[in-house]
Amino acid sequence: MNAPNASGWKPGTPVVGDAGEGPATSTGNRALMLEEPLIFEIGTTRTTGVDLPAANGSQNRLGSFARKGEIGLPGLSEPETVRHYTRLSRQNYAIDLGLFPLGSCTMKHNPRLNEKVARMPGFLDVHPLQPVDTVGGALEVINELAFWLIDLTGMHGVAMTPKAGAHGELCGILCIRAALEARGDAREVILVPESAHGTNPATAAFAGYRVEDIPATAEGRVDLEALKARLGPDVAAVMITNPNTCGLFERDMKAISDAVHAAGAFVYCDGANFNAIVGKVRPGDLGVDAMHINLHKTFSTPHGGGGPGSGPVVLSEALSPYAPLPYTARTADGVVHLIEEESAEAFSAEHFGGKMASFGRMSAFHGQMGMFTRALTYILSHGADGLKQVAEDAVLNANYILRSLDDVLDAPFAPSGPCMHEALFSDKGFAEGFSTLDLAKALIDEGFHPMTMYFPLVVHGAMLVEPTETESKAGIDQFITALRSVAERARAGDESLKTAPHFAPRRRLDETLAARKPVLAYDGPCTPGGKPAASEIGGQ
Amino acid sequence: MRYLPLTDTDRSAMLAKIGAADIDALFADVPAEARLSGPIEGLPLHQSEMAVERHMRALAKKNLAAADAAFFCGAGAYRHHIPASVDHIIQRGEFLTAYTPYQPEIAQGTLQMLFEFQTQVARLYGCAVANASMYDGSTAAWEAVAMASRVTRRRRAVLSGALHPHYVETIRTMAKFTGDEIADALPTIQGSPDITGLIDRIDDQTSCVVVQYPDILGRLTDLAAIAEAAHAKGALLIAVNTEPVALGAIKSPGELGADIVVGEGQALGVGLQFGGPYLGLFAVRDPKHVRQMPGRLCGETVDAEGKRGFVLTLSTREQHIRREKATSNICTNSGLCALAFSVHLTLLGEEGLRRLAAENHRLACLAADRLAGVPGVLVLNDSFFNEFTVMLGQDARDVVRRLTDKHILAGVSLGRLYPAHDALHEGLVVAVTETTSEEDIETLASALEEVLA
Repeated sequence: MNAPNASGWKPGTPVVGDAGEGPATSTGNRALMLEEPLIFEIGTTRTTGVDLPAANGSQNRLGSFARKGEIGLPGLSEPETVRHYTRLSRQNYAIDLGLFPLGSCTMKHNPRLNEKVARMPGFLDVHPLQPVDTVGGALEVINELAFWLIDLTGMHGVAMTPKAGAHGELCGILCIRAALEARGDAREVILVPESAHGTNPATAAFAGYRVEDIPATAEGRVDLEALKARLGPDVAAVMITNPNTCGLFERDMKAISDAVHAAGAFVYCDGANFNAIVGKVRPGDLGVDAMHINLHKTFSTPHGGGGPGSGPVVLSEALSPYAPLPYTARTADGVVHLIEEESAEAFSAEHFGGKMASFGRMSAFHGQMGMFTRALTYILSHGADGLKQVAEDAVLNANYILRSLDDVLDAPFAPSGPCMHEALFSDKGFAEGFSTLDLAKALIDEGFHPMTMYFPLVVHGAMLVEPTETESKAGIDQFITALRSVAERARAGDESLKTAPHFAPRRRLDETLAARKPVLAYDGPCTPGGKPAASEIGGQ
Repeated sequence: MRYLPLTDTDRSAMLAKIGAADIDALFADVPAEARLSGPIEGLPLHQSEMAVERHMRALAKKNLAAADAAFFCGAGAYRHHIPASVDHIIQRGEFLTAYTPYQPEIAQGTLQMLFEFQTQVARLYGCAVANASMYDGSTAAWEAVAMASRVTRRRRAVLSGALHPHYVETIRTMAKFTGDEIADALPTIQGSPDITGLIDRIDDQTSCVVVQYPDILGRLTDLAAIAEAAHAKGALLIAVNTEPVALGAIKSPGELGADIVVGEGQALGVGLQFGGPYLGLFAVRDPKHVRQMPGRLCGETVDAEGKRGFVLTLSTREQHIRREKATSNICTNSGLCALAFSVHLTLLGEEGLRRLAAENHRLACLAADRLAGVPGVLVLNDSFFNEFTVMLGQDARDVVRRLTDKHILAGVSLGRLYPAHDALHEGLVVAVTETTSEEDIETLASALEEVLA
């Protein structure tokens, strides 16, 4: 959620004599901070960490396609492999290490029961195209999760197959387009607020729509009157994030939905921030027609260093018939059915009065099953009372941070009332020449992952802080102390901020060089015994 | 509630600091009529770890796990042995609970892994550059078609008849909305793919030709001939691979002239998982196409002290910068699956991958020969790697059903894949990997003898 190198930083001379620098070491290591070469610099193409019989080549049905020549894939023994990746892992910040307040990303604790359940052989070791009657439990998981997602959102149906939030957005927009086309109503425009995630306009464009901005009020919310003025027969849908990316609930949501529906258009809600309201309010009651749910945010499936996610889309009655294949449905007799291309028409005729008109398939197989088991485990663990408490504690923590820091950090929307699950600050009040990036990098030295920077775009030097509900008060107090300290240094113009981080495995990285001379793969043979990474100058 | 650290004392103190009377005051912006008065109805209250585990275990037990059957299912998802250390490494919290490396100084672990992964994929595919992953093979295939439209400024994609039907459907669905024209076909039931027929469909409006290698019936396709024909018309060749282990035995698509190579990486490290999450692989042979690629890219650079480091780069292609002008709307991809793939491939190394591929091929040959001896079974393929098609002389779906009762998961019937096409219904796609024992093969063969008699 960040614009790269937003400050225009360029590599400069390192500051000599930083605190704690100490003497040079012969290895480049610093005690527990261990440098690690690339696998191409330590492995060989002859080494393997797996015991397999040597190929004897006695049989060959490969025709003329047998591979000749070397591929160039390095191998490591098992101990070396475990050590390589363990060393790499220690160069990562993670939720397990501390508060990870990346706004809009909902970096909450990932319960380990979820991992255990997802690895049960009945879930892990099942093929997607096994005969349907051998996977009844898997279909029940999908159906049970679907049931609770519908229940929690007050919607009519849910498309389970989208593979991440952005894929879910696409699913929702394609349902809308299919519904409009079914009534012979071609429309061209989707309205998106300027504060929206970049995926919203990208999705709308991908689905063949022209994107126009919705103006915002000075309070950081959708300008209802301006929206009403823009609605017309060319508008297919409005994409709204609620709570929005300024961390605010769209108070006029119901009025927005009513106006959009009156104009014959649909309301798409970006559900990235559902964590703030789960169990407190149902989007279906606010007139939403489609909303994706990031299971890796609200429902705690692990972020995994950038996926896999999962983005089921809850749908209103008007959109449900267009949901993508395959889908699962429980019929009156309690049986859970898997509806694929083969059975869609007959099933629709028998159980849905012929109303199903799926827009098609969005991916192979049945969606992110491994995420479904985890999310269902999480929902059942929390239950109705726990999920409500999740939203309340997430919102409480964010407001506590907002009110504990609004004397040292500009909080542009704080005067208008409480925030939801994330607190938004700007760089107003920093000394001349000091940026949000400087503050963020200094926060790294304090042992925290920075907040989302420079997003939303509507606030200058934005800092979006989402603590989530899985932090203790003591942990949050410690974070507040750290953020206060670096904010004060930014206001005072402390030059050492500009060279932060000082204590991370790497100092600031030259993103401009990376883009100007892209080196996107290791170039060269496997050369074990090569020098460790730290002693090399890359970017050739 | 075990995942919520705040106590009531904490909550009161925090509300006091905020200056709010109660928690509802913080939800004041939510219209009162929409606010739920109590816990949501229907959903039970919170449950202990033990209780939830019991519930989920009961659901898991209703599935027939592959390990409990003689197992021959493939068609885009393959069961391989995953070394124990793969799962250990991906469960390290520093990988599992990190996110997209937006702050590279404290994400070098993920970034270096992605750089290594990109290089492994590029080498395996015979390409110059691979990205940091897509959702899965089918969505990667669509993204490749969309990319070919951008590169060639043409909008007609020709799909091979032997491309996985789910991939065809995914491409066709997306194309409906973008206005791309998709020319597809059914697989021809013969020992070798119909290359002439495919080449005849390429014209000077064709943006790309999409060919699976090995194909849905397990056959190996002469990509070089198709590449030549496509290039002669100014079209790109997109090769789709659903079984990366095969590339330990057969020539890489890049080497045979494919311009974009995409595929499913699930077979290495990821596991079956009933179809997801999987791992989309995406690579280009010519570096000049890099700026038209979708998805994240990790690149090498230096830090302020001159030390080598890695960052996400060329982001100006992506949605968070370019918004509606981005090359794709993809954001989150399949990071942890990419790690699993990379760790598995590092454990194997080139030697291990070649041995693994050879063992798969040896057992597949054994199975094909044994099944060919079963009366009523015809092995279709002239060539294959670890998957081949048998014709059974009757609807294979019925045969699969009857064998399931004997705890044999005999393969994927073409009726399941192509329900609308009766002419294909006698086909069964049989996959054999190193996890298949010779005893399993004998079990399948003798059961088929019985069922087909």
